[in-house]
Amino acid sequence: MKWDWSAVSGFMPHFWDGLLVTLQILALGSLISFALGLVWALLMRVPSRWVTWPLGAVTEFVRNTPLLVQLFFLFYVLPEWGLTFSALATGVFAIGLHYSTYTMQVYRAGIEAVPVGQWEAATALNLPLRRTWTAVILPQAVRRVVPALGNYVISMLKDTPMVMAITVLELLGQARLYSQEHFQFTEPLTVIGVAFILISYLASLLMRALERRLAH
Amino acid sequence: MPTDTLPNPGKNPARSTGELIRLEQVTKRFGDHTVLDHLDFSVDAGKHVTLIGPSGSGKTTILRLLMTLLKPDEGTITVDGEQLFPAPEKQVREVRKKIGMVFQQFNLFPNMTVLRNITEAPVTVLGMSKDAAEERARELLELVGLTDHLDKHPAQLSGGQQQRVAIARALAMRPQVLLLDEVTSALDPELVAGVLDVLRDIARSTDITMLCVTHEMNFARDISDQVLMFDSGRVIESGPPEKIFSSRSCCTAPSRRPTSWPG
Repeated sequence: MKWDWSAVSGFMPHFWDGLLVTLQILALGSLISFALGLVWALLMRVPSRWVTWPLGAVTEFVRNTPLLVQLFFLFYVLPEWGLTFSALATGVFAIGLHYSTYTMQVYRAGIEAVPVGQWEAATALNLPLRRTWTAVILPQAVRRVVPALGNYVISMLKDTPMVMAITVLELLGQARLYSQEHFQFTEPLTVIGVAFILISYLASLLMRALERRLAH
Repeated sequence: MPTDTLPNPGKNPARSTGELIRLEQVTKRFGDHTVLDHLDFSVDAGKHVTLIGPSGSGKTTILRLLMTLLKPDEGTITVDGEQLFPAPEKQVREVRKKIGMVFQQFNLFPNMTVLRNITEAPVTVLGMSKDAAEERARELLELVGLTDHLDKHPAQLSGGQQQRVAIARALAMRPQVLLLDEVTSALDPELVAGVLDVLRDIARSTDITMLCVTHEMNFARDISDQVLMFDSGRVIESGPPEKIFSSRSCCTAPSRRPTSWPG
């Protein structure tokens, strides 16, 4: 096995295309999972079984079935129902939805970790329920869960190659394509491996900066 | 602290006199345990009433019922002529405006500065302008001796300072009644005096009604108009502090010396 720099430079244009797709999936998938997870966590506190039971069942189902199965399902079954999205949009949504069932548990723990005295103080001051959530409970809960959310960002990054299965060419997809066309596997796979390390390092720096910003 | 500059936290033009709080036949159970058993009890406006008694005798439960943190199982609670329980949520919100509470564990909002802890409720609940609320917060912080700390967060303050902020926060809502739930129990001994001094000041300089659960017997003696001694959810003795704390009444309940009640 020998290292061929010309294979690296040959791969680089494809690398940038793949990097852009991977970053898009990661950024949008994170946003969706952070937002949906919070929505699920809040809805699970609605004091009605008509809300919590179906939502609990659906999120349990999504959490306990493989992401790959969900990707295939959304990509091949939804169009049969007349819902057609691009492969990339389907991948982003599937990953965001899948991870929202993890983040909802993170938010739940964060919300439950806010001391009951905070609720009591809000009641004693007559704060409306909505304001209690937005000004008192959520700021404290979210600050607590940023490190845990950061872990899921890293985990999500490592799951992004799965969208290859539904024809999206992200980093791994581009590397595989190039390798098969040129019979040079070492260089493209090494390049994207280094890229994954750098992206996860940058993502954790970003989450740590967010953590510092939310500190009080 | 000069009393002539006090902002009179309790002054309110619509202040009523006479009976302000009334509990009638109030029963509260936790599971099989009956904490309050058909309790009747009332407090006149402007009075400072201290509740004493052994742990588990229901003192704190009374404060928590009045603050609507708990609901009674039976009975009625009336504040300033308006029913607090049973009552629809909208009425509860209105009546609750008349009541403020200071907690054993302070319960300041750690995500807000000292200033915003105090202005949050006046702005969002009473609809005060931010400027007016901040001006009032500054006055109250002066009252509790913490004007230098208004931009700090609670975690940067000592327990005693936090509790003084909590007192200011409660007063900012201009309550007619201030409920004090063992407000010095969580403090290091050397910080207790500062908090009690602030409360003595408020008791002396305002017409706010105080309902106080405390183990600080000297403080209770100083500020109270009336002391209620509880045991097993009933008032077993009540009267002015001189009477309750006299050696005679001490000997009528030989197993419970008022100066040595356990936490």
